[in-house]
Amino acid sequence: MQIYADNAGTTKMSRTAIDAMLPYMETYYGNPSSLHTVGQEAAEALAQARAEMAAILGCEPREIIFTSGGSEADNQAIFSAAAIGEKKGKKHIISTAFEHHAVLHTLKRLEKQGFDITLLDVHENGLVTPEQVRDAIREDTCLVTIMYVNNEIGTIQPIREIGAVCREKGVLFHTDAVQAVGHIPVNVKDDNVDMLSLSGHKFRGPKGIGALYVRKGIILTNLIEGGAQERGKRAGTENIPAIMSMVAALKEAVDHMDENTKKVQALRDKLIAGLAEIPHCALNGDATHRHPGNVNFCFEGIEGESLLLLLDAKGICASSGSACTSGSLDPSHVLLAIGRVHDVAHGSLRLSLNEENTEAEVDYMLEEIPKVVEYLRNMSPVWKDLINGKRQFIL
Amino acid sequence: MALYSEKVMDHFTNPRNVGEIENADGVGEVGNAKCGDIMKIYLKIDDNIITDVKFNTFGCGSAIASSSMATEMIKGKSIDEALEITNKAVVEALDGLPPHKIHCSVLAEEAVKAALKNYYDKNNIPYDKELFPDCDSCAHCADH
Repeated sequence: MQIYADNAGTTKMSRTAIDAMLPYMETYYGNPSSLHTVGQEAAEALAQARAEMAAILGCEPREIIFTSGGSEADNQAIFSAAAIGEKKGKKHIISTAFEHHAVLHTLKRLEKQGFDITLLDVHENGLVTPEQVRDAIREDTCLVTIMYVNNEIGTIQPIREIGAVCREKGVLFHTDAVQAVGHIPVNVKDDNVDMLSLSGHKFRGPKGIGALYVRKGIILTNLIEGGAQERGKRAGTENIPAIMSMVAALKEAVDHMDENTKKVQALRDKLIAGLAEIPHCALNGDATHRHPGNVNFCFEGIEGESLLLLLDAKGICASSGSACTSGSLDPSHVLLAIGRVHDVAHGSLRLSLNEENTEAEVDYMLEEIPKVVEYLRNMSPVWKDLINGKRQFIL
Repeated sequence: MALYSEKVMDHFTNPRNVGEIENADGVGEVGNAKCGDIMKIYLKIDDNIITDVKFNTFGCGSAIASSSMATEMIKGKSIDEALEITNKAVVEALDGLPPHKIHCSVLAEEAVKAALKNYYDKNNIPYDKELFPDCDSCAHCADH
Protein backbone atom coordinates (compact mmCIF):
# COMPACT_ATOMS: atom_id res chain seq x y z
CA MET A 1 0.00 0.00 0.00
CA GLN A 2 1.29 3.46 -0.81
CA ILE A 3 -0.34 6.33 1.04
CA TYR A 4 0.41 9.84 -0.05
CA ALA A 5 -0.06 12.04 3.01
CA ASP A 6 2.09 15.00 1.99
CA ASN A 7 -0.47 17.11 0.13
CA ALA A 8 0.70 20.31 1.79
CA GLY A 9 4.07 19.61 0.14
CA THR A 10 2.53 19.05 -3.24
CA THR A 11 -0.43 17.24 -4.74
CA LYS A 12 -0.99 14.71 -7.46
CA MET A 13 -2.49 16.55 -10.42
CA SER A 14 -6.15 15.86 -11.00
CA ARG A 15 -7.30 14.23 -14.23
CA THR A 16 -9.20 17.43 -14.99
CA ALA A 17 -6.01 19.47 -14.59
CA ILE A 18 -4.01 17.16 -16.85
CA ASP A 19 -6.73 17.09 -19.50
CA ALA A 20 -7.02 20.88 -19.42
CA MET A 21 -3.33 21.20 -20.19
CA LEU A 22 -2.99 18.94 -23.22
CA PRO A 23 -4.90 20.97 -25.86
CA TYR A 24 -2.62 23.92 -25.15
CA MET A 25 0.40 21.81 -25.98
CA GLU A 26 -0.96 20.07 -29.06
CA THR A 27 -3.53 22.32 -30.70
CA TYR A 28 -3.56 25.80 -29.19
CA TYR A 29 0.17 26.14 -28.76
CA GLY A 30 0.47 29.73 -29.89
CA ASN A 31 2.16 32.64 -28.20
CA PRO A 32 -0.60 34.95 -26.95
CA SER A 33 1.47 37.95 -28.00
CA SER A 34 1.35 36.87 -31.65
CA LEU A 35 -1.10 38.55 -33.99
CA HIS A 36 -1.91 35.50 -36.10
CA THR A 37 -4.81 33.12 -35.52
CA VAL A 38 -2.79 30.51 -33.63
CA GLY A 39 -1.48 33.18 -31.27
CA GLN A 40 -4.87 34.78 -30.80
CA GLU A 41 -6.44 31.44 -29.88
CA ALA A 42 -3.95 31.23 -27.04
CA ALA A 43 -4.63 34.86 -26.09
CA GLU A 44 -8.32 34.13 -25.91
CA ALA A 45 -7.77 31.08 -23.72
CA LEU A 46 -5.52 33.09 -21.44
CA ALA A 47 -8.14 35.83 -21.09
CA GLN A 48 -10.77 33.27 -20.28
CA ALA A 49 -8.61 31.57 -17.66
CA ARG A 50 -7.86 34.90 -16.06
CA ALA A 51 -11.56 35.76 -15.95
CA GLU A 52 -12.39 32.41 -14.39
CA MET A 53 -9.78 32.77 -11.70
CA ALA A 54 -10.90 36.34 -11.02
CA ALA A 55 -14.51 35.18 -10.63
CA ILE A 56 -13.42 32.54 -8.12
CA LEU A 57 -11.33 34.98 -6.09
CA GLY A 58 -13.89 37.79 -6.30
CA CYS A 59 -11.81 40.30 -8.24
CA GLU A 60 -11.44 41.72 -11.74
CA PRO A 61 -9.43 39.83 -14.36
CA ARG A 62 -6.94 42.68 -14.63
CA GLU A 63 -6.14 42.25 -10.96
CA ILE A 64 -4.60 38.80 -11.60
CA ILE A 65 -0.93 38.43 -12.50
CA PHE A 66 0.23 34.93 -13.40
CA THR A 67 3.58 34.03 -11.88
CA SER A 68 5.86 31.01 -11.66
CA GLY A 69 4.35 30.08 -8.31
CA GLY A 70 3.70 31.15 -4.76
CA SER A 71 7.26 32.18 -3.99
CA GLU A 72 7.46 34.59 -6.90
CA ALA A 73 4.06 36.05 -6.02
CA ASP A 74 5.16 36.55 -2.40
CA ASN A 75 8.39 38.21 -3.48
CA GLN A 76 6.68 40.54 -5.93
CA ALA A 77 3.92 41.52 -3.52
CA ILE A 78 6.34 42.35 -0.72
CA PHE A 79 8.95 44.13 -2.82
CA SER A 80 6.19 46.17 -4.47
CA ALA A 81 4.64 47.25 -1.18
CA ALA A 82 8.11 48.10 0.12
CA ALA A 83 8.82 50.25 -2.93
CA ILE A 84 5.51 52.09 -2.50
CA GLY A 85 6.23 52.60 1.19
CA GLU A 86 9.77 53.77 0.67
CA LYS A 87 8.57 56.57 -1.63
CA LYS A 88 6.48 57.88 1.25
CA GLY A 89 9.23 57.37 3.79
CA LYS A 90 7.40 54.40 5.31
CA LYS A 91 9.77 51.55 5.97
CA HIS A 92 8.07 49.38 8.56
CA ILE A 93 6.60 45.96 7.72
CA ILE A 94 4.57 43.68 9.97
CA SER A 95 4.52 39.93 9.52
CA THR A 96 4.58 36.81 11.68
CA ALA A 97 7.32 34.53 12.97
CA PHE A 98 5.98 31.47 11.16
CA GLU A 99 5.60 32.68 7.59
CA HIS A 100 6.89 30.62 4.69
CA HIS A 101 10.54 31.32 3.83
CA ALA A 102 9.40 32.96 0.58
CA VAL A 103 8.09 35.74 2.84
CA LEU A 104 10.63 35.61 5.68
CA HIS A 105 13.69 35.62 3.42
CA THR A 106 12.24 38.44 1.33
CA LEU A 107 11.71 40.44 4.52
CA LYS A 108 15.29 39.62 5.57
CA ARG A 109 16.55 41.20 2.39
CA LEU A 110 14.44 44.31 2.98
CA GLU A 111 15.77 44.50 6.52
CA LYS A 112 19.28 44.68 5.09
CA GLN A 113 18.05 47.55 2.92
CA GLY A 114 16.98 49.48 5.99
CA PHE A 115 13.42 48.34 6.54
CA ASP A 116 12.21 47.70 10.06
CA ILE A 117 10.50 44.32 10.34
CA THR A 118 8.13 43.35 13.17
CA LEU A 119 7.37 39.63 13.40
CA LEU A 120 4.28 39.01 15.49
CA ASP A 121 4.13 36.20 18.00
CA VAL A 122 1.86 33.37 16.87
CA HIS A 123 1.17 31.98 20.33
CA GLU A 124 1.01 28.34 21.35
CA ASN A 125 -2.06 27.75 19.20
CA GLY A 126 -0.43 29.12 16.05
CA LEU A 127 -2.82 32.06 15.64
CA VAL A 128 -2.29 35.80 15.42
CA THR A 129 -5.02 38.20 16.47
CA PRO A 130 -6.28 41.36 14.75
CA GLU A 131 -5.51 43.21 18.01
CA GLN A 132 -1.84 42.28 17.71
CA VAL A 133 -1.82 43.73 14.21
CA ARG A 134 -3.61 46.88 15.39
CA ASP A 135 -1.09 47.35 18.20
CA ALA A 136 1.88 46.81 15.89
CA ILE A 137 0.82 49.26 13.16
CA ARG A 138 2.84 52.49 13.26
CA GLU A 139 2.81 55.75 11.34
CA ASP A 140 5.52 54.36 9.08
CA THR A 141 4.00 50.91 8.46
CA CYS A 142 3.77 50.25 4.72
CA LEU A 143 2.71 46.60 4.71
CA VAL A 144 1.17 43.84 6.76
CA THR A 145 1.85 40.38 5.32
CA ILE A 146 0.32 37.39 7.11
CA MET A 147 -0.23 33.91 5.72
CA TYR A 148 -3.79 32.64 5.35
CA VAL A 149 -3.07 29.05 6.39
CA ASN A 150 0.19 27.91 7.87
CA ASN A 151 1.83 25.25 5.71
CA GLU A 152 3.18 23.14 8.56
CA ILE A 153 0.57 23.25 11.31
CA GLY A 154 -2.44 24.24 9.20
CA THR A 155 -3.76 27.02 11.41
CA ILE A 156 -6.18 29.41 9.67
CA GLN A 157 -5.56 33.05 10.52
CA PRO A 158 -8.39 35.59 11.01
CA ILE A 159 -7.55 37.18 7.67
CA ARG A 160 -10.82 39.07 7.22
CA GLU A 161 -10.52 40.77 10.62
CA ILE A 162 -6.83 41.53 10.13
CA GLY A 163 -7.69 42.95 6.71
CA ALA A 164 -10.33 45.18 8.27
CA VAL A 165 -7.77 46.59 10.70
CA CYS A 166 -5.37 47.28 7.83
CA ARG A 167 -8.11 49.01 5.80
CA GLU A 168 -9.02 51.16 8.76
CA LYS A 169 -5.39 52.13 9.27
CA GLY A 170 -4.70 52.60 5.56
CA VAL A 171 -1.96 49.99 5.43
CA LEU A 172 -1.51 47.55 2.53
CA PHE A 173 -2.33 43.96 3.39
CA HIS A 174 -0.83 40.95 1.62
CA THR A 175 -1.59 37.32 2.41
CA ASP A 176 0.29 34.22 1.32
CA ALA A 177 -2.76 32.07 0.62
CA VAL A 178 -0.89 29.19 -1.00
CA GLN A 179 -2.34 26.67 1.47
CA ALA A 180 -5.80 28.25 1.53
CA VAL A 181 -6.97 28.82 -2.05
CA GLY A 182 -8.88 25.80 -3.32
CA HIS A 183 -9.11 24.40 0.21
CA ILE A 184 -11.18 26.90 2.19
CA PRO A 185 -13.39 29.78 0.99
CA VAL A 186 -11.28 32.75 -0.07
CA ASN A 187 -12.66 35.99 -1.48
CA VAL A 188 -10.32 38.94 -1.77
CA LYS A 189 -13.07 41.54 -1.42
CA ASP A 190 -14.78 39.95 1.59
CA ASP A 191 -11.39 39.22 3.15
CA ASN A 192 -10.20 42.85 2.84
CA VAL A 193 -7.04 41.73 1.09
CA ASP A 194 -4.95 44.03 -1.14
CA MET A 195 -2.59 41.36 -2.43
CA LEU A 196 -2.79 37.58 -2.35
CA SER A 197 -0.40 34.83 -3.48
CA LEU A 198 -1.47 31.40 -4.67
CA SER A 199 0.18 28.34 -6.15
CA GLY A 200 -1.23 25.81 -8.63
CA HIS A 201 0.30 22.61 -7.33
CA LYS A 202 -1.24 22.94 -3.88
CA PHE A 203 -4.73 22.33 -5.27
CA ARG A 204 -3.92 19.56 -7.73
CA GLY A 205 -2.78 21.81 -10.55
CA PRO A 206 0.71 21.78 -12.06
CA LYS A 207 3.96 22.92 -10.43
CA GLY A 208 5.75 26.05 -11.59
CA ILE A 209 2.62 28.17 -11.91
CA GLY A 210 0.86 30.52 -9.53
CA ALA A 211 -0.74 33.90 -9.37
CA LEU A 212 -0.71 37.19 -7.54
CA TYR A 213 -3.92 39.08 -6.97
CA VAL A 214 -3.17 42.75 -6.73
CA ARG A 215 -5.89 45.28 -6.09
CA LYS A 216 -6.39 47.86 -8.81
CA GLY A 217 -4.33 50.98 -8.17
CA ILE A 218 -1.43 49.28 -6.42
CA ILE A 219 1.66 49.68 -8.53
CA LEU A 220 3.71 46.53 -8.84
CA THR A 221 7.50 46.44 -9.06
CA ASN A 222 8.80 44.04 -11.69
CA LEU A 223 10.94 41.14 -10.61
CA ILE A 224 11.41 40.10 -14.24
CA GLU A 225 11.95 42.71 -16.93
CA GLY A 226 11.26 42.11 -20.60
CA GLY A 227 8.13 41.97 -22.72
CA ALA A 228 4.78 43.51 -21.93
CA GLN A 229 3.09 40.35 -20.68
CA GLU A 230 0.87 40.55 -17.60
CA ARG A 231 0.25 44.26 -18.12
CA GLY A 232 3.99 44.84 -18.22
CA LYS A 233 4.43 43.63 -14.66
CA ARG A 234 5.77 40.15 -15.28
CA ALA A 235 7.74 39.57 -18.45
CA GLY A 236 8.08 36.22 -20.20
CA THR A 237 5.81 34.28 -22.54
CA GLU A 238 2.86 33.05 -20.52
CA ASN A 239 2.89 29.37 -19.59
CA ILE A 240 -0.49 28.75 -21.17
CA PRO A 241 -0.73 24.96 -20.61
CA ALA A 242 0.08 25.42 -16.91
CA ILE A 243 -2.28 28.39 -16.52
CA MET A 244 -5.18 26.55 -18.18
CA SER A 245 -4.48 23.52 -16.04
CA MET A 246 -4.18 25.51 -12.80
CA VAL A 247 -7.46 27.31 -13.40
CA ALA A 248 -9.23 24.05 -14.26
CA ALA A 249 -7.88 22.51 -11.05
CA LEU A 250 -8.96 25.51 -9.04
CA LYS A 251 -12.43 25.48 -10.52
CA GLU A 252 -12.77 21.79 -9.72
CA ALA A 253 -11.48 22.30 -6.17
CA VAL A 254 -13.88 25.15 -5.53
CA ASP A 255 -16.85 23.33 -7.10
CA HIS A 256 -16.27 20.35 -4.80
CA MET A 257 -15.04 22.24 -1.77
CA ASP A 258 -17.99 21.49 0.49
CA GLU A 259 -17.99 17.75 -0.07
CA ASN A 260 -14.19 17.51 -0.03
CA THR A 261 -13.96 19.48 3.20
CA LYS A 262 -16.54 17.28 4.85
CA LYS A 263 -14.76 14.11 3.80
CA VAL A 264 -11.18 15.25 4.49
CA GLN A 265 -12.03 16.86 7.80
CA ALA A 266 -13.58 13.60 9.04
CA LEU A 267 -10.42 11.72 8.05
CA ARG A 268 -8.26 14.37 9.70
CA ASP A 269 -10.21 14.23 12.94
CA LYS A 270 -10.06 10.46 13.07
CA LEU A 271 -6.30 10.56 12.48
CA ILE A 272 -5.79 13.24 15.13
CA ALA A 273 -7.90 11.38 17.68
CA GLY A 274 -6.05 8.12 16.98
CA LEU A 275 -2.54 9.58 17.11
CA ALA A 276 -3.36 11.49 20.29
CA GLU A 277 -3.59 8.09 22.01
CA ILE A 278 0.18 7.71 21.69
CA PRO A 279 1.66 8.65 25.07
CA HIS A 280 3.69 11.85 25.36
CA CYS A 281 2.70 13.47 22.11
CA ALA A 282 1.01 16.75 21.25
CA LEU A 283 -0.97 18.16 18.35
CA ASN A 284 0.75 21.21 16.89
CA GLY A 285 -1.53 24.13 16.12
CA ASP A 286 -5.09 24.98 17.06
CA ALA A 287 -7.50 22.04 16.63
CA THR A 288 -10.45 24.14 15.47
CA HIS A 289 -9.05 26.92 13.27
CA ARG A 290 -7.31 24.34 11.15
CA HIS A 291 -6.90 23.35 7.51
CA PRO A 292 -9.26 20.42 6.84
CA GLY A 293 -6.43 18.08 5.89
CA ASN A 294 -3.64 19.04 8.28
CA VAL A 295 -2.36 16.76 11.02
CA ASN A 296 0.85 17.69 12.82
CA PHE A 297 2.18 16.04 15.96
CA CYS A 298 5.32 16.08 18.07
CA PHE A 299 6.35 12.77 19.62
CA GLU A 300 8.72 13.10 22.52
CA GLY A 301 11.95 11.09 22.57
CA ILE A 302 12.32 10.43 18.84
CA GLU A 303 13.68 12.22 15.81
CA GLY A 304 11.57 13.02 12.77
CA GLU A 305 13.80 11.95 9.91
CA SER A 306 14.15 8.38 11.13
CA LEU A 307 10.38 8.36 11.65
CA LEU A 308 9.81 9.49 8.04
CA LEU A 309 12.19 6.90 6.62
CA LEU A 310 10.55 4.05 8.50
CA LEU A 311 7.08 5.26 7.53
CA ASP A 312 8.24 5.50 3.92
CA ALA A 313 9.38 1.87 4.15
CA LYS A 314 5.79 1.06 5.14
CA GLY A 315 4.46 3.05 2.19
CA ILE A 316 3.46 6.18 4.10
CA CYS A 317 4.70 9.45 2.56
CA ALA A 318 4.79 12.16 5.22
CA SER A 319 6.85 15.17 6.23
CA SER A 320 8.64 16.43 9.34
CA GLY A 321 10.02 19.64 10.76
CA SER A 322 13.13 18.00 12.19
CA ALA A 323 16.51 19.60 11.58
CA CYS A 324 17.71 16.54 9.71
CA THR A 325 14.97 16.84 7.13
CA SER A 326 15.72 20.50 6.52
CA GLY A 327 19.46 20.10 6.16
CA SER A 328 20.03 22.70 8.86
CA LEU A 329 20.80 22.34 12.55
CA ASP A 330 17.56 23.85 13.72
CA PRO A 331 14.17 22.23 13.61
CA SER A 332 11.26 23.98 11.90
CA HIS A 333 10.93 27.70 12.62
CA VAL A 334 7.17 27.19 12.74
CA LEU A 335 7.37 24.71 15.62
CA LEU A 336 9.86 26.93 17.44
CA ALA A 337 7.49 29.89 16.89
CA ILE A 338 4.64 28.09 18.67
CA GLY A 339 6.96 27.44 21.59
CA ARG A 340 8.05 23.86 21.01
CA VAL A 341 11.57 23.43 22.40
CA HIS A 342 14.26 21.97 20.14
CA ASP A 343 14.23 18.53 21.79
CA VAL A 344 10.55 18.08 21.03
CA ALA A 345 10.43 19.92 17.70
CA HIS A 346 12.92 17.39 16.25
CA GLY A 347 10.26 14.70 16.71
CA SER A 348 7.52 16.17 14.55
CA LEU A 349 5.36 14.52 11.92
CA ARG A 350 3.08 16.22 9.41
CA LEU A 351 0.42 14.24 7.57
CA SER A 352 -1.51 16.33 5.07
CA LEU A 353 -4.57 14.74 3.55
CA ASN A 354 -6.80 15.51 0.60
CA GLU A 355 -9.91 14.04 -0.99
CA GLU A 356 -7.87 11.23 -2.57
CA ASN A 357 -7.11 9.74 0.83
CA THR A 358 -9.42 7.06 2.22
CA GLU A 359 -10.57 5.85 5.59
CA ALA A 360 -8.74 2.56 5.00
CA GLU A 361 -5.54 4.59 4.63
CA VAL A 362 -6.20 6.42 7.88
CA ASP A 363 -6.79 3.08 9.60
CA TYR A 364 -3.53 1.74 8.21
CA MET A 365 -1.63 4.83 9.38
CA LEU A 366 -3.18 4.52 12.82
CA GLU A 367 -2.00 0.95 12.94
CA GLU A 368 1.56 1.59 11.72
CA ILE A 369 2.56 4.98 13.13
CA PRO A 370 2.25 4.01 16.83
CA LYS A 371 4.38 0.92 16.14
CA VAL A 372 7.11 2.95 14.45
CA VAL A 373 7.08 5.55 17.23
CA GLU A 374 7.39 2.79 19.82
CA TYR A 375 10.19 1.07 17.89
CA LEU A 376 12.22 4.29 17.71
CA ARG A 377 11.53 5.11 21.34
CA ASN A 378 12.82 1.68 22.32
CA MET A 379 16.21 2.48 20.83
CA SER A 380 16.29 6.10 22.00
CA PRO A 381 18.51 7.00 24.97
CA VAL A 382 16.37 10.12 25.42
CA TRP A 383 13.24 8.03 25.83
CA LYS A 384 15.03 5.73 28.30
CA ASP A 385 16.05 8.75 30.36
CA LEU A 386 12.49 10.07 30.25
CA ILE A 387 10.91 6.86 31.51
CA ASN A 388 13.64 6.38 34.10
CA GLY A 389 13.01 9.85 35.44
CA LYS A 390 16.50 11.11 34.57
CA ARG A 391 14.93 13.61 32.21
CA GLN A 392 11.66 15.49 32.62
CA PHE A 393 8.85 14.89 30.15
CA ILE A 394 7.87 18.02 28.26
CA LEU A 395 4.79 16.59 26.57
CA MET B 1 14.91 6.88 -0.87
CA ALA B 2 17.97 7.74 -2.85
CA LEU B 3 19.27 10.03 -0.12
CA TYR B 4 21.12 7.13 1.49
CA SER B 5 23.15 4.18 0.19
CA GLU B 6 21.72 0.67 0.45
CA LYS B 7 24.22 -0.04 3.21
CA VAL B 8 22.94 2.89 5.26
CA MET B 9 19.33 1.84 4.74
CA ASP B 10 20.20 -1.73 5.70
CA HIS B 11 21.84 -0.63 8.96
CA PHE B 12 19.05 1.83 9.61
CA THR B 13 16.15 -0.55 9.03
CA ASN B 14 17.90 -3.59 10.57
CA PRO B 15 20.26 -2.03 13.08
CA ARG B 16 22.77 -4.39 14.69
CA ASN B 17 23.48 -4.43 18.42
CA VAL B 18 20.55 -2.32 19.59
CA GLY B 19 20.04 -2.37 23.32
CA GLU B 20 21.79 -1.97 26.64
CA ILE B 21 24.28 -4.02 28.63
CA GLU B 22 23.63 -4.28 32.33
CA ASN B 23 26.73 -3.63 34.40
CA ALA B 24 28.62 -2.63 31.27
CA ASP B 25 32.38 -2.17 31.62
CA GLY B 26 32.23 1.09 29.71
CA VAL B 27 29.39 3.44 28.77
CA GLY B 28 29.69 6.51 26.56
CA GLU B 29 27.05 9.06 25.63
CA VAL B 30 27.60 11.91 23.17
CA GLY B 31 25.49 14.55 21.46
CA ASN B 32 22.43 16.32 22.85
CA ALA B 33 18.73 16.27 22.25
CA LYS B 34 18.66 19.94 21.33
CA CYS B 35 20.80 19.22 18.28
CA GLY B 36 18.68 16.24 17.37
CA ASP B 37 21.05 13.35 18.05
CA ILE B 38 22.33 11.40 21.03
CA MET B 39 24.29 8.15 20.93
CA LYS B 40 24.91 5.90 23.88
CA ILE B 41 27.25 2.93 23.59
CA TYR B 42 27.69 0.10 26.12
CA LEU B 43 30.77 -2.12 26.13
CA LYS B 44 31.60 -5.47 27.70
CA ILE B 45 35.37 -5.85 27.86
CA ASP B 46 37.32 -8.99 28.77
CA ASP B 47 41.13 -9.04 28.61
CA ASN B 48 41.25 -5.92 26.50
CA ILE B 49 38.83 -7.43 23.99
CA ILE B 50 35.39 -5.90 23.32
CA THR B 51 33.31 -9.02 23.73
CA ASP B 52 29.94 -7.32 23.49
CA VAL B 53 28.60 -3.94 22.45
CA LYS B 54 25.14 -2.39 22.39
CA PHE B 55 23.82 1.01 21.48
CA ASN B 56 20.83 3.33 21.89
CA THR B 57 20.46 6.26 19.51
CA PHE B 58 18.08 9.20 19.24
CA GLY B 59 18.58 10.68 15.81
CA CYS B 60 18.10 10.55 12.08
CA GLY B 61 18.55 7.56 9.81
CA SER B 62 22.26 8.13 9.32
CA ALA B 63 22.82 8.51 13.07
CA ILE B 64 21.21 5.13 13.70
CA ALA B 65 23.06 3.52 10.78
CA SER B 66 26.41 5.02 11.93
CA SER B 67 25.88 3.67 15.46
CA SER B 68 24.99 0.25 14.12
CA MET B 69 28.00 0.14 11.81
CA ALA B 70 30.41 1.40 14.46
CA THR B 71 29.28 -1.23 16.96
CA GLU B 72 29.69 -3.94 14.33
CA MET B 73 33.20 -2.69 13.53
CA ILE B 74 34.43 -2.81 17.11
CA LYS B 75 32.79 -6.03 18.26
CA GLY B 76 35.45 -8.67 18.97
CA LYS B 77 38.25 -6.15 18.49
CA SER B 78 40.89 -5.15 21.01
CA ILE B 79 40.66 -1.77 22.68
CA ASP B 80 43.62 -0.51 20.66
CA GLU B 81 41.99 -1.60 17.42
CA ALA B 82 38.71 0.02 18.41
CA LEU B 83 40.47 3.27 19.21
CA GLU B 84 41.86 3.35 15.68
CA ILE B 85 38.43 3.33 14.07
CA THR B 86 37.76 6.78 12.67
CA ASN B 87 34.56 8.38 11.46
CA LYS B 88 35.97 8.08 7.93
CA ALA B 89 36.16 4.33 8.32
CA VAL B 90 32.51 4.31 9.42
CA VAL B 91 31.51 6.42 6.42
CA GLU B 92 33.42 4.15 4.04
CA ALA B 93 31.88 1.04 5.55
CA LEU B 94 28.44 2.59 4.98
CA ASP B 95 29.31 3.32 1.31
CA GLY B 96 29.20 7.03 2.06
CA LEU B 97 26.93 9.54 3.77
CA PRO B 98 25.49 12.78 2.38
CA PRO B 99 27.80 15.75 3.22
CA HIS B 100 25.49 17.22 5.86
CA LYS B 101 25.30 13.83 7.61
CA ILE B 102 29.03 13.30 8.10
CA HIS B 103 28.72 14.57 11.66
CA CYS B 104 26.67 11.43 12.46
CA SER B 105 29.75 9.32 11.80
CA VAL B 106 31.82 11.70 13.96
CA LEU B 107 29.31 11.16 16.72
CA ALA B 108 29.67 7.37 16.34
CA GLU B 109 33.46 7.58 16.64
CA GLU B 110 33.11 9.83 19.68
CA ALA B 111 30.58 7.54 21.32
CA VAL B 112 32.94 4.55 21.00
CA LYS B 113 35.80 6.61 22.42
CA ALA B 114 33.68 7.97 25.24
CA ALA B 115 32.74 4.42 26.24
CA LEU B 116 36.39 3.32 26.17
CA LYS B 117 37.43 6.37 28.18
CA ASN B 118 34.76 5.51 30.72
CA TYR B 119 36.22 1.99 30.92
CA TYR B 120 39.72 3.39 31.50
CA ASP B 121 38.46 5.83 34.12
CA LYS B 122 36.49 3.18 35.99
CA ASN B 123 39.48 0.89 36.17
CA ASN B 124 42.05 3.58 36.84
CA ILE B 125 43.95 2.68 33.72
CA PRO B 126 46.25 5.53 32.61
CA TYR B 127 45.77 6.76 29.03
CA ASP B 128 46.78 9.45 26.63
CA LYS B 129 44.15 12.20 26.93
CA GLU B 130 44.87 13.30 23.37
CA LEU B 131 43.15 10.16 22.14
CA PHE B 132 39.84 11.36 23.50
CA PRO B 133 38.84 14.73 22.14
CA ASP B 134 35.76 15.98 23.95
CA CYS B 135 32.51 16.98 22.34
CA ASP B 136 33.60 20.61 22.14
CA SER B 137 36.04 19.79 19.37
CA CYS B 138 33.12 19.18 17.04
CA ALA B 139 31.47 22.29 15.67
CA HIS B 140 28.11 20.60 15.12
CA CYS B 141 26.38 21.99 18.17
CA ALA B 142 28.32 25.25 18.34
CA ASP B 143 25.32 27.30 17.26
CA HIS B 144 23.20 26.18 20.16
